[in-house]
This record gives sequence, C-alpha cells and structure tokens, in this order.
Amino acid sequence: MKYIDEYRDVGLIQKLVEKIHHMLQDYPKELVLMEVCGTHTMAIFRSGVQKLLPKNIRLLSGPGCPVCVTPNHYLDKAIAYARRDDAIITTFGDMMRVPGSSSSLEKEKSKDGDIRVVYSVMDALKIAKENPDKKVIFLGVGFETTAPTLAVTIKMAKEKNIQNFFVFSGHRLIPPAMEALVSAQELHIDGFICPGHVSTIIGSRPYEFIAAEYNISCVVTGFEPLDIVQAIFMLAQEIVEKRPPKVQIQYSRSVKEEGNLRALGLMGEVLKITDSQWRGIGDIPESGLRIEDAFSSFDAEANIEAEVEETKENKGCICGSVLRGIKTPLDCKLFRKECTPENPIGACMVSSEGTCAAYFKYQD
Amino acid sequence: MCLAVPMKVIEIEDNEAVVELGGLKKKINLGLLEKMDVGDYVIVHAGFAIQKLDEKEAEKTLVLVREMVEKL
Repeated sequence: MKYIDEYRDVGLIQKLVEKIHHMLQDYPKELVLMEVCGTHTMAIFRSGVQKLLPKNIRLLSGPGCPVCVTPNHYLDKAIAYARRDDAIITTFGDMMRVPGSSSSLEKEKSKDGDIRVVYSVMDALKIAKENPDKKVIFLGVGFETTAPTLAVTIKMAKEKNIQNFFVFSGHRLIPPAMEALVSAQELHIDGFICPGHVSTIIGSRPYEFIAAEYNISCVVTGFEPLDIVQAIFMLAQEIVEKRPPKVQIQYSRSVKEEGNLRALGLMGEVLKITDSQWRGIGDIPESGLRIEDAFSSFDAEANIEAEVEETKENKGCICGSVLRGIKTPLDCKLFRKECTPENPIGACMVSSEGTCAAYFKYQD
Repeated sequence: MCLAVPMKVIEIEDNEAVVELGGLKKKINLGLLEKMDVGDYVIVHAGFAIQKLDEKEAEKTLVLVREMVEKL
C-alpha cells in the first residue's frame, strides 16, 4: 500500500536503530521521551519499537487518549441522556464500555437505551435526519484531529435546518495538557514525540513555547514504525549533541508549520475555547472546546435536560497517574487481576489506545 | 482515536470523494480541504479528508532516513 509500506521497511528501520544505539552508547544519562498521543502508544507497542531501542531510552505514554482523559461526570451525563426516551445517543465505539460512576453506555444499551456506534459525526447527522421525532445526541469526544469534523457537521446541520441534532461537547486540546504536565514538574521529560494528526490540523507552531520556555525538544511524528524511529533519532541527536531545543516536523507528508488553515477557520467559527477538566490531571485552563453561541441550538447541554447522578471515582484505579506519566500500569494493583480488557475498571484499560490496554496486550 | 490513513482519491462529486486503500473503497467528506483532484492521496480520519498528502515530502522523508543511516 503506497505511503504505508515504505515506512515499514524493516531493513531501513534496523539500520536507523543501530545509529541510535551508536549515538547513545556513551551517553551517561537516561533519555526520557514522551509520546503524547494514544495512537502513537499503540503503534509503538504493536510494532515492538520499544524493544529495539537502547536501554537508556525510556518511552513514556502521555495523556493523548481522548476516552481515557474524559472524566466520569461527562460519562454520567451521557448515560443520563441515554436514559431519556426521546434520545438517540451516537458515539465512537471506544466510549461504549468506559465505566462511569455506576453504569456504562454498553450497560444502558442492554437496558434498551438507544445508543448507536458511528464511524463519523456525519453518520450521526444522517441518523438525526432519519429520526425527526428523536433528539440525536453525538458524544463529541476527541482532540483537534476530530474537532474540525464536528465543525463541518454542525454547519451542515444549520444549513439544512436539522433541528434534532445535538452535540455534547467533550473535545479537548493537546498543547495546554502538555504544558500542564511539564509545569507540574512531577516528571522529567527530555523530548516530546508530538501527535501527527492533531498537528495535521494545528501545525507545529503551537508547540514552540514548549521548546522555548521549557527547553524540551519536540518532533511532530507520523505513525508508521519508520516514522517513530526517525523521530526518536531526531530527538536523541538534538539532546545528545546539546543543540538548543526546537520543534521539528518528521511527518512532513501530512503536517505543515501552519496546519490546515481551512480546518482551523471552521473550528474557530463553530467552536470556542473553554476551560476543561481532564481525568488524572484536573482542570486545565483553555484546554477544551464548546459550541459557539451562534450555533447554540446544536449544543446538547444548553438544550436538553438530564438527571445526572453524583460522580464517584473508581476505587484503586491509578489511570490518572498513568495519564500523567508518573506511574505505569505495572504499578497498579488491579492491573491484570481485577482490571482486564474484558472487565475494565478504568478508562485506560477500555480504550483501544489506553496505556493499560497496550501493556495488557503487548507487554510481557 | 486520532487514527488516520493515506487513501487515494478515485472519484469526486461535489463535496464528497470515493477513496481507496488496498481494495477497500469508502465515501468521505472533503469539507476540510481546499482543492482535490482524482489521483491525489489524502489523509482520512473519521470519514473526512483532513489533509492532502504531500507526495514530495513523503519521498524527502525517505531520502533523509537513507542519509541518516549512511552517514557516520
């Protein structure tokens, strides 16, 4: 497959790995790199890249799994919407099994809740068109990659005057979360493997403050094994040779410095920046997206009542610390015991991109 | 959930395109892109093309990797 297979060239990957070993053989310290994005976490584990690297490179998983960082009160509200007789909930599949305070969307579906998994927010709009007597609520969980697709769809709903389509916005922004992590000073990070598809939308400039103010090197990275190994090479080179930290783009076939201006324009028109709460990290200023006033008739929270239960946290689950990079799933007492992909206690075990799910599947 | 893949545009109609990858065909929305032609590759996420794949840059990345492994 063109533009995929070339970046899975085992021979080339091996040679590049050798160069990384060579570069780090006399480096006296550990090199700590964080992959911010959950899709990277999965790609790293699936390809086995981690096992090829020198022992003094440590890869940490970051908070870039949208389902994982969605707090319980969001889930509880989604579940409350699902209990309304006049509602159809539409969602990406990853959200179905995430435990809220006392239920999950999957459990509500088994109790006759009308909850439908969609591939695209456009599918949710189609369901709204086909069910004019129902309120069709899309659970807008995701990052900058997905946010513009929401903007296009809300605009289309307005143009076509579809009045029963609503979005429950839980969208979050990556750079403020990265800043929250580094400014908390709980962990030392030498370099960030920055998310390739978030950056396809926002470009590479929003990370420049991290290099300039926090002295952390950043490489915007693609998702094939060669992309990841090349990014690690670029980060290692910059750090070992003590070059001034900067933001580099490895994934240049998709990412421009300025991002996708059309997508950013649409996001700016339909969505506005707001404070947001992240599981494990807490409140982060200006890290979320809600619906602009001009489009408020599509805002589920502004238009649809829900009786939401009191929020409870999952006892013993350390998902929050895992999302901050200060613990790994192996530090968790529930991991592989009470908490498994079949019976997940925390969100990081449910999502296909969650760090706990990745460790469960791939770590010996 | 930020998974996206490069797919080839094989048909364009208004604001939608049919794209193909390894025999799999799919209809996607083009509302996030300025201009697209049949034969172009696009990065597809959740039913939308989020960027046109830059074919020159794709080749440049591979050239750069080859240079990295040949140096030293």
